[in-house]
Amino acid sequence: MSTAVVTKQRTPVRPARILLHVFLVTTSLAWLAPLVWAIFAALRPYSETSDKGYVSWPDKLTFDNFKNAFEQSDMLHYFGNTLIIAVPAVLLTLLLSSMVAFYVSRFDFRLNIALLLVFTAGNLLPQQVIITPLYRMYLLIDLPGVTASGKLYDSALGLVLIHVAFQSGFCAFVLSNYMRMLPHELTEAALVDGASVWRQYWQIVLPLCKPAMAALATLLSIWIYNDFFWAIVLISTGENMPITSALNNLSGQYFTDPNLVAAGALLTAIPTLIVYFVLQRQFVSGLTLGANKG
Amino acid sequence: MSADITTTSPETAPQPSPGPAPVDKRVPRGHKRLLTRRDRVTLAFMAGVPTVLHVALVWVTAIASIFLAFTSWDGIGFDSIKWVGLDNFKQLFSDNPQFWPAVEHNIIWFVVLILIPTPMGLFLAVQLDKKIRFSRVYQTAYFLPVVVSLAVTGFVWQLVYNPDTGLINSLIGANKPGHYIDWIGDPHLNLWAVLVAASWRHTGYMMILYLAGLKGVDPSLREASSLDGANEWQTFKNVIFPTLRPTNTVVLVVTIIEALRAFDLVFVFNKGAQGTELLSILITNNIIGESSRIGYGSAIAVVLLVISLAVIIPYLIATFRKERRA
Repeated sequence: MSTAVVTKQRTPVRPARILLHVFLVTTSLAWLAPLVWAIFAALRPYSETSDKGYVSWPDKLTFDNFKNAFEQSDMLHYFGNTLIIAVPAVLLTLLLSSMVAFYVSRFDFRLNIALLLVFTAGNLLPQQVIITPLYRMYLLIDLPGVTASGKLYDSALGLVLIHVAFQSGFCAFVLSNYMRMLPHELTEAALVDGASVWRQYWQIVLPLCKPAMAALATLLSIWIYNDFFWAIVLISTGENMPITSALNNLSGQYFTDPNLVAAGALLTAIPTLIVYFVLQRQFVSGLTLGANKG
Repeated sequence: MSADITTTSPETAPQPSPGPAPVDKRVPRGHKRLLTRRDRVTLAFMAGVPTVLHVALVWVTAIASIFLAFTSWDGIGFDSIKWVGLDNFKQLFSDNPQFWPAVEHNIIWFVVLILIPTPMGLFLAVQLDKKIRFSRVYQTAYFLPVVVSLAVTGFVWQLVYNPDTGLINSLIGANKPGHYIDWIGDPHLNLWAVLVAASWRHTGYMMILYLAGLKGVDPSLREASSLDGANEWQTFKNVIFPTLRPTNTVVLVVTIIEALRAFDLVFVFNKGAQGTELLSILITNNIIGESSRIGYGSAIAVVLLVISLAVIIPYLIATFRKERRA
């Protein structure tokens, strides 16, 4: 080990290293197996698998299941539903939580810590703790003309609001830690020059938080896209469902063969996989931004 | 919100970063004197809007849950809310055949997650931290399940567990009539089947948290330890692991919360039917099921709330106390 450090070379090949690689290759293949199995099933026609069984050599691999799942279930529509929920939810969460973070981290008000505690603790609660009254509340709030359902219940707006309220806890915590690290001189100089509080926030602090904001945006997009629970409870019309809960609905109603379900599930996962592969660095740093401070 | 704006308490202000020596006596920064009236209004607005939204949707509802747990309500009009005292809890603890199994399953969920995927994630993190070749590829493989939604994970694992067409039964030849192993339907098996899927995901999550923790370990500690002639295991046990304490705390809290939140996988699997009851599922069934027993559902939520707060409060106190000291 120490020689390797001194000469800055890769560790020489040792039996232990080879063993380690064998272990890692085996386990990572095992880890990928369920996903690979889903891909394999999705690529085969139902008629073939029902004849020959699933563990068999494929005669032909086609994208038909993907095509059918996409068309039969009108997936584009559900992707659209998710988009109109996730985009405003992510942007609003970042805006609101950065404002709270700015307030608690750049000023010395007495209630700062208490306020941050309220946000952080709120985010750690299991969602089911609050769902019963929330569901009732959503049914009681009338919004004629604002949402298609005339209520907060069964509307994209309702989902956006609960996502923002819930996720801003985590983001406020992370961003306040981040903002605290920025030197106070930055805003002090601006303050002396007569810049308003809003300008300090919008033109000085926020631009410096870009790395943290990018990490959180990645994380939030994946979380909100993947949300299942809020959508299952707070949306009742199949038409209004985002993609994850719609899939659950469709697999019971329309999809009769497992290959089609596999294709549908994989299609649902594609956007998150793309986000992950493109923004891997941001995603991982976002997860650990919050955790390292703990 | 406006009352606290005029008060200053420099003692509680956290230092941006621990300087070389604690010489500076915290010069009052004089923000308040420079804040105009407009600035104060802006600040009240900036903190106020998010707080109102968060408190109204999260904390008011949590408190409403507590209140409703002592009532019976059909949810139709407010005048049908009746105070019933501890009745909901009495019924829950003594009559409901699903409640104690659900509590037990939530506990099992936590125990399994902390005993199997968590050490596995730590082990993988330690191995991948050695700067080996293809480290990124391995990391991605273990981490992929965390990226895919739990609902989709549920569908994928159904394909693996399906009695007729699933991977496992096909491989072990248990897919012939009479030899079925019904992984999803058998109440003695299904919880464990779901837990395999949950662990599959949890391992990657824990691995990333530990990898981040390991990155923070001072390399000179490792060098000193190897100079002292410690072997790999001794170095890990005596040097590395103790420095991972903050990460371990986060891992513990995250794992408890995940065990309490567990929902999506089971819901997709079998809607929490026999064998996989969970507190979260019982609450949800009270809402989207036929029966609308709000007080009763809230009572279950209160049980979940109390357990959660027992974890969240000490964790936050410790975290924020440390931050104040830092």
